[in-house]
Amino acid sequence: MQVEQIAVFLENKSGRLAEITARLAEENINIRALSVADTADFGILRLIVDNVEKAKSTLKSNGFTVGITDVIAVEVADKTGGLAGVLKTIEKEKLNVEYMYAFVNKTGENAVLIFRFDNIDKAIESLQRTGYTILSDEQIRAL
Amino acid sequence: MTLYWEEEMETLPRVGLESIQLKRLQHLVARVYKTVAPYREKMDAAGVKPEDIQSLDDLAKLPFTVKEDLRENYPFGLFTVPMDQVVRVHASSGTTGKPTVVGYTKKDIELWANLMARALTLAGATARDMVHNAYGYGLFTGGLGAHYGTERLGATVIPVSGGNTKRQITIMQDFKPTVLLATPSYALNLAETMETVGVDPKSLSLRVGVFGAEPWSENMRDEVERKLNIKAVDIYGLSEVMGPGVAMQCLEGEKGMHIFEDHFLPEIIDPDTGEVLPPGDKGELVFTTLTKEAFPIIRYRTKDISRLIYDTCKCGRTLVRMEKVTGRTDDMLIIRGVNVFPSQIEHVLMGTEGVEPHYRIVVNREGNMDTMSVEVEVSDAIFSDEIKTLENLTKRIQMDIKDMLGVTCKVKLVEPKTIQRSEGKAQRVIDNRNL
Repeated sequence: MQVEQIAVFLENKSGRLAEITARLAEENINIRALSVADTADFGILRLIVDNVEKAKSTLKSNGFTVGITDVIAVEVADKTGGLAGVLKTIEKEKLNVEYMYAFVNKTGENAVLIFRFDNIDKAIESLQRTGYTILSDEQIRAL
Repeated sequence: MTLYWEEEMETLPRVGLESIQLKRLQHLVARVYKTVAPYREKMDAAGVKPEDIQSLDDLAKLPFTVKEDLRENYPFGLFTVPMDQVVRVHASSGTTGKPTVVGYTKKDIELWANLMARALTLAGATARDMVHNAYGYGLFTGGLGAHYGTERLGATVIPVSGGNTKRQITIMQDFKPTVLLATPSYALNLAETMETVGVDPKSLSLRVGVFGAEPWSENMRDEVERKLNIKAVDIYGLSEVMGPGVAMQCLEGEKGMHIFEDHFLPEIIDPDTGEVLPPGDKGELVFTTLTKEAFPIIRYRTKDISRLIYDTCKCGRTLVRMEKVTGRTDDMLIIRGVNVFPSQIEHVLMGTEGVEPHYRIVVNREGNMDTMSVEVEVSDAIFSDEIKTLENLTKRIQMDIKDMLGVTCKVKLVEPKTIQRSEGKAQRVIDNRNL
């Protein structure tokens, strides 16, 4: 039930994000979701794309450091308290979130929460047990 | 079995060696005093005559020669023979001022080729080898010095020089050289380019690499050996003394380079006071040539920091060893009063798993405060999607540098291949202070 996420190292200087998105666009790679974590000197761009392998090779051949990490995508109804409910479960189960970001899917009915856990198997098991829908890699790419 | 080039000279008992050295030194000092006015004037000013050299210890009575002396007598003022006997000149790049020029007679060229052949023999090379010579050809002594030595050895030389790295790799694939001669930083450039073009170093025929012309750390040696799948040995030389082939690491010994003492007399001095230090102490390396004709030099201050090792070497050679040069008095940075050699920082970086051997040290002055930042490229091996992992890495490097040098620096992660690659001597320090 894991989803592959691409992470790219970014030096903190102008034009780097534009460069990445331009290279991906040239290769017709669609970005489903993204988040940037940054410090004073550098940032890490995390991307969910429709074609992970192609995105990785495109960015690598353009000189970027790229890594692939497994994250999980939880689908919740796009309404008040949706995220709060998931986080409550996470807290109760004592799961440790490394980071998260979210996007709303095209129909606008559901939100997709992307989580990076230190113990991904336990997280999947706990969330499924509590009744949450976890999207598969194929489901995410097809959104 | 140790391979010798000139077994008798290489294994001479010290007493015999020292008596040869003294005779050669006396002859040299007399000749230089007679033929070169600047040397005569300096000796007169110091109140020393050629007859005062009665033992090797008397060498300390002679004045030093420094790079400035060569510049003041630019271009040919310190040559001891008329120009019709000089068959070749070489010159330093002159990046730090006027270039310094050195000259060679026909006999000097023969001596140099012979000593370079001796050096290659220490690295295990024989007439059956093929040598990929990536030292720059031209005014720099590296390329031609190594070239003549390889021919003298009877091995096949590929005079490929520096640059055009992809073509060099094709040549390595097609010609199958067994020995690589290059600067260590260029060797890393070669290794990286091989990775980019998809050439496995294991598919090549290289067996040993002879690296010199810039200081490099032990951890960098491990890195070069691993990346190129070769044994990496040190060679030492400088144009003012001759060029490559002044000292050479043997395959058998664990550390240090045998100085070819039958031709070059080493001393270690305190760089501040100029005093000769006792055997085994670390200090500035000073050389006197014993047999060169066109451009002999007396007590030349190399600015290289080293130590002399008199222990007997496993290879059976009696020639003293100099410790790997890890820094130069002039590339020493003083950061907030602490002496820092770039190679010490390199040692820490190369000792950190996954860190690529490409780095840059940037020094600035903010207000009255020196700041040093070390730039490290983020490779796949150290990259993480989590900020804290990368921050832990920079903190660890920072602490290791602090432990080693006592200086706090900033470690900055940069994107891969953004630090300039070396085509010869690497430029690793950017000092923006106006000192």
